[in-house]
Amino acid sequence: MYVAVKGGEQAIENAHALLAEDRRGDQAVPELGIDQIKQQMTLAVDRVMTEGSLYDRDLAALAIKQARGDLVEAIFLLRAYRTTLPRLAETRPVDTGAMRIRRRISATYKDLPGGQVLGPTFDYTHRLLDFALAAEGAVPDAPEAPQGDDGTMPRVSDLLANENLIETEPAGDDGAPPPDLTRDPMDFPAERALRLQALARGDEGYLLALGYSTQRGYGRTHPFAGEIRMGAVEVEVFVEEIGEAVVIGEITLTECEMINQFAGSKTEPPQFTRGYGLTFGFCERKAMAMALVDRALRCRELGEEATAPAQDEEFVLAHADNVEASGFVQHLKLPHYVDFQSELELVRKMRREIAEGRWAEGEAADVAAE
Amino acid sequence: MSPQSESGSAFDSAYNFAFLDEQTKRMIRRAILKAVAIPGYQVPFASREMPMPYGWGTGGIQVTASIIGPDDVLKVIDQGSDDTTNAISIRKFFVRTTGVETTESTADASLIQTRHRIPEKDLRADQILVFQVPIPEPLRFLEPRETETRRMHALEDYGLMHVKLYEDIAHHGHIATTYAYPVKVAGRYVMDPSPTPKFDNPKMDRMAALQLFGAGREKRIYAVPPHTEVKSLDFDDYPFELPEWQDVCAFCGAEDTFLDEVILDDRGKRMFVCSDTDHCSERRAAGHAGPALFDGEAAD
Amino acid sequence: MLGSEQPILSVDNVSHDYGRQRGCAGVSFDLYPGEVMGVVGESGSGKTTLLNVLAGHLTPSTGSVRYRGRSGGEVDIHRMGEPERRLLMRTDWAFVHQNPRDGLRMNVSAGANVGERLMAIGRRHYGNIRGQAVEWLERVEVEHGRIDDLPVTFSGGMQQRLQIARNLVTGPRLVFMDEPTGGLDVSVQARLLDLIRGLVTDLGLSAVIVTHDLAVVRLLAHRLMVMKDGYVVENGLTDQVLDDPQHPYSQLLVSSILQT
Repeated sequence: MYVAVKGGEQAIENAHALLAEDRRGDQAVPELGIDQIKQQMTLAVDRVMTEGSLYDRDLAALAIKQARGDLVEAIFLLRAYRTTLPRLAETRPVDTGAMRIRRRISATYKDLPGGQVLGPTFDYTHRLLDFALAAEGAVPDAPEAPQGDDGTMPRVSDLLANENLIETEPAGDDGAPPPDLTRDPMDFPAERALRLQALARGDEGYLLALGYSTQRGYGRTHPFAGEIRMGAVEVEVFVEEIGEAVVIGEITLTECEMINQFAGSKTEPPQFTRGYGLTFGFCERKAMAMALVDRALRCRELGEEATAPAQDEEFVLAHADNVEASGFVQHLKLPHYVDFQSELELVRKMRREIAEGRWAEGEAADVAAE
Repeated sequence: MSPQSESGSAFDSAYNFAFLDEQTKRMIRRAILKAVAIPGYQVPFASREMPMPYGWGTGGIQVTASIIGPDDVLKVIDQGSDDTTNAISIRKFFVRTTGVETTESTADASLIQTRHRIPEKDLRADQILVFQVPIPEPLRFLEPRETETRRMHALEDYGLMHVKLYEDIAHHGHIATTYAYPVKVAGRYVMDPSPTPKFDNPKMDRMAALQLFGAGREKRIYAVPPHTEVKSLDFDDYPFELPEWQDVCAFCGAEDTFLDEVILDDRGKRMFVCSDTDHCSERRAAGHAGPALFDGEAAD
Repeated sequence: MLGSEQPILSVDNVSHDYGRQRGCAGVSFDLYPGEVMGVVGESGSGKTTLLNVLAGHLTPSTGSVRYRGRSGGEVDIHRMGEPERRLLMRTDWAFVHQNPRDGLRMNVSAGANVGERLMAIGRRHYGNIRGQAVEWLERVEVEHGRIDDLPVTFSGGMQQRLQIARNLVTGPRLVFMDEPTGGLDVSVQARLLDLIRGLVTDLGLSAVIVTHDLAVVRLLAHRLMVMKDGYVVENGLTDQVLDDPQHPYSQLLVSSILQT
């Protein structure tokens, strides 16, 4: 290309220096610490871990700092790092039924075993800017929860399943390992395990909009928030050498089970169906939206006609990943002058021909020949 | 053109050679071998997240990373130029992660990664050309569904492709596709030559070098083996034709190269220069000169 | 026509179920070259399911459908490979949908719609393809000046005629039609029926036409099958069945038409 782009290397270096400077901001203001982000921007950390597919609060906080608070960029940083990590072992499926609950609500029952636990929610805050937060100050301790009877909190879907009122989940343990979206490319039609993986990594805003669209009638599924639970679960790895599963740590998860209507058929009595959402950390909005979209995508298996965007598997899954989407939208910034030049030449040529009357004659001859 | 290192000695040892771990490289090489065995067929592969954004060459980078060795000499171009920012960025990535020698000279490179162009100089059998591909599916804009396009390829059901060309002629009097112009490879698979201008299509035909195509976001690899027929789709009475320029390169006077238009002022003054910067400077070094060098008006 | 010739389509004991729901059951008949078979019944009678099985869109639960090609050899259309079946569908066969939107590409011009089948079988001369498109548009009474217009700009009747042209351009021998006049005004229906009758006769086509409209089969079909709950309850020559129906359901069908 023309000399205008010479010196690109220096320009890139300068841009990086400027970026670092802007990230830091006014040097008179104390620098933001990773621990501060980790402790005080917890929901941002949770989202970055979820969509970055890597549970590591420190790395997620670092990514948020490096990305200047741009969460999609932070997710990208975490994903790129994840690529370089070796896979040491595979964990056993976590048991959300045995979760140490911090929040648990059901919209389908007034009261239920284990009770409703509001937990740290924005739900009933009045969205009034709290100017007291502008000044630094100590926060009074929250009251301790009373110890429950036996601490068990059965899942709402299990309660319904006891009465056979909800479809049973296929055991999934038919010997075949589940597909792994991070190791194999997406393959359509995608089985549910693969769809759920894609949704779990999917962009929160995108799933929110799609889930919302099903509520407004574009692929209606009559959802009830059967249960939302958030808390800590143990992660286990089966160790060959000692022949048993070992707990390697604890992670916080948010799980949402939607209960959806299903009319039943000649062969099956009426029963409720399910939509499922799961995230790292506390990403309740994402988990709920994911459950709505999961249910919408099950239209084929449940014999519903797919008419709405949220029911279109290829459409939903191919566009859910914000690292892919962000990259491709922004690649339009890259030079395209070769392609553009080609179009320019063609448009000029066609206009020349029209001016010379060639094309009009050509067409007339074409029709006359018939 | 100065060697960056001696035989891959100095690279960032925090990462594996060429960034990807060896398992991943093997997986990609298997996909490449399959692609070479079935010319023009899109092989799905488990594309990894790279430290560059999707759409910025991650497919080509993964292909390059899995075939590059310490003795390779790498050239990276974007729009035909070694000096565009993204080409620089990709070249720096490989220097950092492999320490291989890089070059701007087409003749000196053993491995060339490119976006949107094929070098003007004929490539040799001992060279490999790696394309960065955004949308590998030539049928995508006619049929958005992957399940359907895969079936169409399997059954060689390509009538729809000609419907598009028919529509071009009916509405514009021409086949109005100027880049990403579809080709048929080895008489079987219809392939998107990546968004190279159609000017470059004839260069693909029976090229001596191996051509590899990587689409990272779409997770596909495809290939044209050396000396394989690549035919641009057309009609008998509207044959494939090359774009014509009214001008020659302002710097080297070439009449047979792809030219970029450079706007010189806001009163319609412009000049045309070779898009392949290496080719242009080589010609100038050999004594060729274009009009800009005579009237001195547009000199930089 | 029923002389020494062999059938072009042999349907043997064909059934199709949707899970426990019956689509069609135990249907057998032979269709001879140049013959038009009408299939009538109310919605849910299984006539559209039968048509889709015959045309290879659905796989029968039991039974077989065999097609005799130009060379005289027979193929089981559900046993043949997908590539061969697709080739058959775009050469020897045609399928006219009730809703022209299902049978047309709405986002490409009328000319491209007609030309697509030609290009799909390897025609590569633009001028010839366009010439044939013009010829066929005229034949189905679409003004050839509309050749570069999108089908969305056409009326319902024109779209249906365009669909017919698109199907017939490769000179098929066997045509399946699903309620070809459904959803059209009565006056438009009459003109379309006339056109179809002319084409069927001129081109010597064999056809299976599914409809709930007895007037359509009276005009087009040589033979008639009456379907109810997935079964063929009566079949015979069209005039015979319509003038002297034997089965109570056929009698009901015919009398209800007479009364309205």
